[in-house]
Amino acid sequence: MTTNPLVEIKDLNFSYDERAILKGINMTMPRGKVIAIMGGSGCGKTTLLRLIGGVVSPSSGYVRVDDQIVHELSRDKLFSLRRKMSMLFQFGALFTDLSVFDNVAFQMREHTDLPESVIRDLVFMKLHAVGLRGAHNLMPAELSGGMARRVALARSIALDPMLVMYDEPFAGLDPISLSVIGKLIRRLTDALGMTSILVTHDVHQSLEIVDYVYFISEGVIAAHGTPSEVRGSVSPFVHQFIHSEVDGPVPFHYPAEKYATDLNLENRIA
Amino acid sequence: MPRRIVIGIRGVGHRIIESVWRLGYAARFFSLILLKSGTSIRRFGLIIRELYFTGVLTMVIILVSGLFVGMVLGLQGYETLQKFGAETAVGTLVALSLVRELGPVVAGLLFASRAGSAITAEIGLMKATEQLEAMGMMAVDPIARVVAPRFWAGVISMPLLAAMFSAMGVFGGYLVAVVLIGVDEGSFWSQMQSVVDFRFDIVNGIIKTCVFGVAITAIAVFEGYNAPPTAEGVSGATTRTVVTSALVILGLDFVLTSFMFRGVG
Repeated sequence: MTTNPLVEIKDLNFSYDERAILKGINMTMPRGKVIAIMGGSGCGKTTLLRLIGGVVSPSSGYVRVDDQIVHELSRDKLFSLRRKMSMLFQFGALFTDLSVFDNVAFQMREHTDLPESVIRDLVFMKLHAVGLRGAHNLMPAELSGGMARRVALARSIALDPMLVMYDEPFAGLDPISLSVIGKLIRRLTDALGMTSILVTHDVHQSLEIVDYVYFISEGVIAAHGTPSEVRGSVSPFVHQFIHSEVDGPVPFHYPAEKYATDLNLENRIA
Repeated sequence: MPRRIVIGIRGVGHRIIESVWRLGYAARFFSLILLKSGTSIRRFGLIIRELYFTGVLTMVIILVSGLFVGMVLGLQGYETLQKFGAETAVGTLVALSLVRELGPVVAGLLFASRAGSAITAEIGLMKATEQLEAMGMMAVDPIARVVAPRFWAGVISMPLLAAMFSAMGVFGGYLVAVVLIGVDEGSFWSQMQSVVDFRFDIVNGIIKTCVFGVAITAIAVFEGYNAPPTAEGVSGATTRTVVTSALVILGLDFVLTSFMFRGVG
């Protein structure tokens, strides 16, 4: 079994038009671990997942997944790599015209020649793992947010991928669903021997289940370490983030003109 | 003032470049659909499923509209033809109007409004809810799996729906002219049979419906796939599908008619 990291990101830069989103990112993600990427809204976390999945290409640097540089792959090779990875989208992205069963069976039917009886058994096993075997006949519109996320989780492990990426898996969930999803991610990662990359805002839930954390701020890695290292960090950014403080290196206000200028007070005083 | 003129000219130029770019992009997208249609043809079940949504569910509006258009044609045709003592030709008038023009055009407009808008909204919403991106991440090409089956279902549905529209229209004309007004039934059918030409009228009508089917469905899938992923973006794309399809149908109809029926009696 290879000991190379499953995902290696080296000197990665990414810009939308002229706006730099990610600047000189370096990360190493070993196999079989749960890694969290945290940071404020719009700091480029989801873009990083899209770069790992080959949806967008870097301006410079590279993402290497399973010893293949993602942006250099041909379309066929990229699709072949994607069969070994999957992504859980923020709101599940379940196919609304397919039932829960058919959503989980989707990849099996698309990528394998398995007989329907085998697919049926596999789908029930995946749904059982997320506790929703009894909901196989429901349509996505009939599911709660937490249930939809669990179905999406079952769908994402349908073909036993080596890498699963989770985009804000805890967003908008009640505390029970949040805890259920968190524990499922950890349990499935360990049981299936896969690697999980978690993009999230939820500090407390994440620190309980992950092996390593990267904090991104303004396009660069602001801090990284194991959960215990992060909890004891003296970095002002990490401290502000973990303790949800309003004041700190992350400004409350979006960059703007002087308040007095916008209120037209300077002219009046003059 | 000159600055305003420069800004105006720049704006016009920008819009022209944007339109040409979009047209080129649409042509490229259309080529991709054709190139990636293999999956749909191999797994014909995907097309059958879409045939139900685009074809079967559009039948009600097509059949009811066809019936009323035919009835109105019968009524108006009778009123005009009887002034010249030619009321028995009302069947010919109804059939030729429907098969040559009204069948393809009105069925096309209805198809664009009912099925085209539904295709755009569905694909646009799939994009807005990240379903298309999720499919791509599962190594399944959304153009092959989502767009191509809908495109071919539309192309197959349109001629069949137009044929139903025309058949229903002829029946509507028969109801009004023969059953209600009392035009001689034998003359109604025999004149229609002797004047309507299979090659020039029916085949040309079918060709028109096929061209409209390709145009409407291509516009619908293009607008849906390229809709901005917001509520406003999807609604705008749906409106553009209906408006663009209507204009393209009318424009293409003129071009096709001028080639097909030039010098034909």
